[in-house]
Amino acid sequence: MNLTLKIWRQKNAKDKGGFALYTIDGISEDMSFLEMIDVLNERLIGKNAEPVAFDHDCREGICGMCSMFINGRAHGPWAGTTTCQLHMRAFKDGDTITIEPWRAAGFPVVKDLVVDRSAFDRIIASGGFVSVNTGNAKDANNITIPKPDADESFAAAACIGCGACVASCKNSSAMLFVSAKVSQLALLPQGQVERKQRVQSMVAQMDAEGFGNCTNTGSCEAECPKEISLTHIARMNREYMMANIME
Amino acid sequence: MTKLNSKIPAGDLETKWTKYKSSVPLVNPANKRSIEIIVVGSGLAGASAASSLAELGYQVKCFCFQDSPRRAHSIAAQGGINAAKNYQNDGDSVYRLFYDTVKGGDYRAREGNVYRLAEVSANIIDQCVAQGVPFAREYGGYLSNRSFGGTQVQRTFYAAGQTGQQLLLGAYSALERQVGLGTVKMYSRHEMLDIVMIDGKARGIIARDLISGKLERHFGHAVLLCTGGYGNVFFLSTNAMGSNVTAAWKAHKQGAFFGNPCYTQIHPTCIPVSGDHQSKLTLMSESLRNDGRIWVPKAKNDARKANEIPEEERDYYLERRYPAFGNLVPRDVASRAAKERCDEGCGVGTSKMAVYLDFAAAIERYGKIQVNKMNLHNVSKERILELGKEAVKEKYGNLFDMYAKITGENPYETPMRIYPAVHYTMGGLWVDYDLMTSVPGLYALGEANFSDHGANRLGASALMQGLADGYFVIPYTIGTYLSQDIRTKAIPTDHEAFVEAEKKVQEQLDTLMNIKGTKSVDHFHKKLGKIMWDKCGMARNEKGLTEAISAIRALREEFWKGVRIPGTQNEMNLELEKAGRVADFIELGELMCKDALNRKESCGGHFREESATEDGEAKRDDDNFSYVAAWEFKGVGESELHKEELKFDVVHPSQRSYK
Amino acid sequence: MTITQFINSSLGRKTVMAATGLFLCVFLVEHLYGNLLLFYTDGGEAFIEYSHTLVHSLFIRIVEIFLFAAIIVHVVQAIHLTRLNSTARPVKYTEYKVGETSNWFSRNMGITGSLILFFLVVHLWRFFVPYRITDAVGGEGQINVAQDVKLAFQNGWYVLFYLVSIAFLTFHLNHGFQSAFKSLGLNSKKHEQLLSVSGSVFAFGIVGIGFASIPVLFYFGIAGSTF
Repeated sequence: MNLTLKIWRQKNAKDKGGFALYTIDGISEDMSFLEMIDVLNERLIGKNAEPVAFDHDCREGICGMCSMFINGRAHGPWAGTTTCQLHMRAFKDGDTITIEPWRAAGFPVVKDLVVDRSAFDRIIASGGFVSVNTGNAKDANNITIPKPDADESFAAAACIGCGACVASCKNSSAMLFVSAKVSQLALLPQGQVERKQRVQSMVAQMDAEGFGNCTNTGSCEAECPKEISLTHIARMNREYMMANIME
Repeated sequence: MTKLNSKIPAGDLETKWTKYKSSVPLVNPANKRSIEIIVVGSGLAGASAASSLAELGYQVKCFCFQDSPRRAHSIAAQGGINAAKNYQNDGDSVYRLFYDTVKGGDYRAREGNVYRLAEVSANIIDQCVAQGVPFAREYGGYLSNRSFGGTQVQRTFYAAGQTGQQLLLGAYSALERQVGLGTVKMYSRHEMLDIVMIDGKARGIIARDLISGKLERHFGHAVLLCTGGYGNVFFLSTNAMGSNVTAAWKAHKQGAFFGNPCYTQIHPTCIPVSGDHQSKLTLMSESLRNDGRIWVPKAKNDARKANEIPEEERDYYLERRYPAFGNLVPRDVASRAAKERCDEGCGVGTSKMAVYLDFAAAIERYGKIQVNKMNLHNVSKERILELGKEAVKEKYGNLFDMYAKITGENPYETPMRIYPAVHYTMGGLWVDYDLMTSVPGLYALGEANFSDHGANRLGASALMQGLADGYFVIPYTIGTYLSQDIRTKAIPTDHEAFVEAEKKVQEQLDTLMNIKGTKSVDHFHKKLGKIMWDKCGMARNEKGLTEAISAIRALREEFWKGVRIPGTQNEMNLELEKAGRVADFIELGELMCKDALNRKESCGGHFREESATEDGEAKRDDDNFSYVAAWEFKGVGESELHKEELKFDVVHPSQRSYK
Repeated sequence: MTITQFINSSLGRKTVMAATGLFLCVFLVEHLYGNLLLFYTDGGEAFIEYSHTLVHSLFIRIVEIFLFAAIIVHVVQAIHLTRLNSTARPVKYTEYKVGETSNWFSRNMGITGSLILFFLVVHLWRFFVPYRITDAVGGEGQINVAQDVKLAFQNGWYVLFYLVSIAFLTFHLNHGFQSAFKSLGLNSKKHEQLLSVSGSVFAFGIVGIGFASIPVLFYFGIAGSTF
């Protein structure tokens, strides 16, 4: 199929940036979206032009590195799918596809479609862990966890940290990301000791990073490639309130 | 051979590690605070090593080329992690895990290392659970297990099809905790481009900041390479796009021997190639073989759809050839069997280079189990299948979804098409029992080293090895080296060795940028991949390997004359990053072919057509090849072979049989 | 963590919004109960008596302070949050199909809220100020509040203005009610459906239909025939 691509180009963090238009032909339906960009880049290199910079790594939907805003949607039109798993079957011959980087104060653009998501690392570093040094652990089966709790915790832990929640939220809120980690550990016996401290520190760090507030619109949940539920945000709110009341 | 000392402690197999641990020299806490350690890579091995060493009190700097340590490719491991817990009461033990691993590796691994791995395996599960890794559980609240290829016990712990992700996020959280405490300094979007050697010891690295393009010098009393495998030498593999051999290869060029480079694992259950545009291959977890049945039509060039082929005209070739293990034979065996069928003309799909992985029987079986569980009566066949699909979905849902997205087919209705693809490399930097390479102070952990899997790795053992090395081995073994180094003060990075090393790296970058050729980096990478897959892939022979070596040499010449890298050095330049990596892959490719040529036997993932039994099974040659091939770099395209004899005191090598 | 820190955190602010919002919802129910007394065919006596109590009870006086405080806090906090949120995305998307993943009303609580605030001012000016501030209710020769309501809703434009405003209120509540519970952490997978349905029932079924029935029934002369 033939396509017109409207892609955000920005030399570096300081550059103002703008859209560039490219036409591309001979795209197969079986290609992944990133393979289509590969084809474009290969042709740009052929013309001695600079290829489009974009983040990607595993290309199997788990590393969370790919991050494009495609036609007004985080990771494009398919639900529960990362950009690398989006296939060209989703588009029609003759389509114009607009591709932008994630946009949020917490995710400054590095180059073209590449953004800096280190804010997420800092949020985890502020409390998204169980403080257990290597070697401290007791036998794994000494901790029994009801299956529903384990399953729910796993569902939260499935977060890949891609930032689609922030990118799609009208307020660029990072609550779904933060709540997924808070929820995962709050549901497990291992997470109880630091439960209060964790949610307080993580929320404080989230606020310091310049993310917006949650209005429960549900866009994050709808765009999350791992379909992480909004109920985790409610759980985080509960955890936060309890942590402050019980203190 | 005098150059290689594996430093396996003396004594009985069962007590080697315990004795080692209690006699290893220690570094006192005050001294630890002034010792700096560089960890390159932030996957399971890197993150676990960095966090564990920081917990001990060392100053750690950790580097990764991705935007966050959480992205390392360990995250993509699906199936699970082995541990000798014997929670299922099915006769598992440390010895059995050790035995299975040595046998699965086709008797090409060190007994001492493997036994240690099996010993610490149980601690890994404990540690991960304590971190909050949500492993799958039974209704009673206890951990659940499943079986995996090459074993007859259920010892694999898992978290749906995302075990690697959950384990990595556990290690990542431990790492970030140390980052928060200030004991680890994290350098994301940094790529290591050389090792700095001072007085014959590894004392630091030169890294490139991938955003600014600037080169940086970093000192460390010791350097740990946890940089993963080199499967991307084949261009198409299940590795992440960024996975590369550069760190290991630079180390090799600085004197670290490369062990068994030809041992590559071709994973049997991947989604087949769909066209020339393909950028990578996607793995479907091996755990699918627990429930799925693999078959091809009996007739050659059968053009019918899978559902139209009646049962008696299907060839369940793994069950036919290997009745004892059936669909659960080790990966190398399963892969070769698939290739054999496709080469015979029985392959399926448009390319005819695929076999079916069929869940119809499993869906029915699970459906019936559900009916019994739910105590239903007079249930229609449709309802049984519906319940069966639900059960299968719960177990493998994410894999099935992924398959549907990539192929556009519904795997609940039609059998999946699969074909083997490059997945893991057993070879890597040669290390001794301490995980130290032949360069003092330079260590290699996880997939980056060659140590524990011999010629073939069993499923769910990579996660185990990466975490064993990082959490439970290196924190002890590094003391042996560092305890001798407590008087070494941090070396300022204006030392001439740093200046020299940076200059060398700078020169290579300049050279690459100044070629200004006509072809993209990928062009060369694809060419290299094709040579490697055709001649050094699932089956290898002398003629092909010889051809491959000269073809790769020619490609190397071509690359250094013809590669085109747009943009400049002092900015984010993804093509420049790739170019450096492909340059190293080309040199590595040649060494792999040399190693494959040298090893005239078939063993594990290395299958030499000249060395096969009458019924086409791999034939090992223990008399001549029971050694680790460790290659020393002697200039580009030049290498010297050193042999480390493998001694088997406990397990006696026999022809592997899964029949 | 101090209370000020809590209130100034992102989650704390939402807690305040939710708590004040739900308090106002309680008020709405009470307000609706009183207003429905207008439908008694007793010449408006029940309603007049109710209004009298409202104006003269000390208890109501105190509640009233909380009520206005809640409105002010809700509004001020909303303005503050809106300003904070607008800084969270300095560069906007060129193409942003957020409508495919969430509904308009959930994203524009500020707009519906502002319209409701405008309505509130008009409404208070017309009904509250004369009764409460000038204390012209209940005595001889003073305003007959029941007749006054009837009078007000004879004007078609006025009725239309009320209906439109009530519609905005309804949609504001349809999102706000359930969102408030979520912000207070009162939601789980199990109760998600229940919460969302109750929110809609409350917004449309109770507040929407309840309040809209008054101007409509008076305008068409169905209610208030005995006044």
